Amino acid sequence: MTELTELGVAQIRDGVAGGDFTAVEVAQAFNANVAAAQEALNAFIIATPEKAIEAAQATDAKRARGEALGKMGGVPIGMKDLFATFDVQTTAASHMLEGFKPQYESTVSQKLWDAGAGMLGKLNLDQFAMGSSNETSYFGNVISPWKRNDGGNAALAPGGSSGGSSSALAARLCPAATGTDTGGSIRQPAAFTGTTGIKPTYGRCSRWGVVAFASSLDQAGPMARSVQDCAIMLEAMAGFDAKDSTSLDLPVPNWEAALSGDMKGKKVGIPKEYRVDGLDEDVSKSWDDGIAWLKDAGAEIVEISLPHTKYALPTYYIIAPAEASSNLARYDGVRYGLRDLPDGANLQDMYAATRAAGFGPEVKRRILIGTYVLSAGFYDAYYTQAQKVRALIAQDFAKAFEQCDVILAPTAPSAAFGLGENVDDPLKMYLNDVFAVPASLAGLPAMSVPAGLNREGLPLGLQVIGKAFDEQGVLNAGLALEQRAQFSAKPEKWW
Amino acid sequence: MSVDTATVAKIASLARIKVSEAEIEAMVPELNGILAWVEQLGEVDTSQVEPMTAVIPNTLRLRDDVIDADPLTGGDKRDAVLANAPAAEHGFFGVPKVIE
Repeated sequence: MTELTELGVAQIRDGVAGGDFTAVEVAQAFNANVAAAQEALNAFIIATPEKAIEAAQATDAKRARGEALGKMGGVPIGMKDLFATFDVQTTAASHMLEGFKPQYESTVSQKLWDAGAGMLGKLNLDQFAMGSSNETSYFGNVISPWKRNDGGNAALAPGGSSGGSSSALAARLCPAATGTDTGGSIRQPAAFTGTTGIKPTYGRCSRWGVVAFASSLDQAGPMARSVQDCAIMLEAMAGFDAKDSTSLDLPVPNWEAALSGDMKGKKVGIPKEYRVDGLDEDVSKSWDDGIAWLKDAGAEIVEISLPHTKYALPTYYIIAPAEASSNLARYDGVRYGLRDLPDGANLQDMYAATRAAGFGPEVKRRILIGTYVLSAGFYDAYYTQAQKVRALIAQDFAKAFEQCDVILAPTAPSAAFGLGENVDDPLKMYLNDVFAVPASLAGLPAMSVPAGLNREGLPLGLQVIGKAFDEQGVLNAGLALEQRAQFSAKPEKWW
Repeated sequence: MSVDTATVAKIASLARIKVSEAEIEAMVPELNGILAWVEQLGEVDTSQVEPMTAVIPNTLRLRDDVIDADPLTGGDKRDAVLANAPAAEHGFFGVPKVIE
């Protein structure tokens, strides 16, 4: 029999339901992998093996009683440590929230537990989800299980901010994990690790209980190793929540049941502005492969134009820090989290000392940028202008979708880079999200599926962007790619 | 537009983050690099464009005007609210003395 830790969400769900193995056996197998990889990969901030076993026992007991097991029945998952989990430390990978034990459960995590999933642990991430390489976590870098095929031993980035999620998936520490995507934080790490992830339409998944970064962009989504697994988990995560004022009051479609890789009659848009000068040769080739695969699936390929693409990243780096500076004002050392109270300090001193000690350099950088662009005299020139350009970017997509059903593009401009290679230059790091950010600014569903390996033996991802609310179209195009890419590479175990 | 050490000190103070002079010195070129890069947005003609307020059209809802309609966000949660406070005292958040 295949090792249990090689199985995905659907296989575990069906195997537990069919009695091929028990949920407890599955949880034990993944718990063992989590423990064995912790030192080398640092994918989890804390492991919660007892939670995984507890949920598995509940699933096995339900099965014994002949009850329905739920969409995720018996599936243990990793929970990005940005989701508040009741009485389990929730840190956003920051010193500020070290030791914070929420007295409530985020809507998305509660929905997953209600669907029969269990928690293997809280996954590491970039601090407050700010980063593209998982090098800003207070709890240390996450290491990708992948290595270049050059015989070297360079430690590679798993992408960010959902780097714990992507590393754990690629290393078979979990069959699925939650991610959050503000400007590519699900898709870019999925691309870097040969895994699959979808950011749904803004508002599909409740933000309640998710540590806020940039509220007009933040969106939770599933990460797994197949399109079908993402569809199943997204069904469990999505749905209206009265506690989130931007939650979409729409029924959750049965995405899994409607999956089809048949693209006949569908038009796929290829945005000419994404074919930038100096685009990595292997990335360019994998994009051409993707075009050929979707043609093979029956789709018609059309060239489209998204004229404001080059302004998406600078727009994002005004709006996201502006919202972050406002959201992170809550960390004041009074109500929860860290307090630094120097001798003789007054209240204002305490705020400033607490925030100096609790935030890492990238978080401080973004708070300062955000404070500056929102400050009197600069607000219109920066923030209002960025919100106007954002409207133009959204309009670009609306016009493009008059000509096509989905858009195909690379997920990231390169394969995974080495740890430390980009840390000295924030701008260079930001450019990693050049293909991911536009869909975030427009609130559109977008996913990354593995396309193949580059010449260094590292995975590359293809991105499908869809119309608002059309997760089905995105998943179906993703499935058509998956069926033809036949991606089966996995990192050789060294940890 | 670019920032100097005095401006960085000012925004750090507005953001309530204590920074040393050395940190300010290091931040000036970093922030200027980012600001110079985002300034390319100035070349976009937005004279006919309304700034975006909601990325997906949505209307703000009103909840029913009922006390404790949602028990989770209703009242009677003092201990839960204070559970993670660094200095909870007598059912309140403790802070340094504010009034002399």
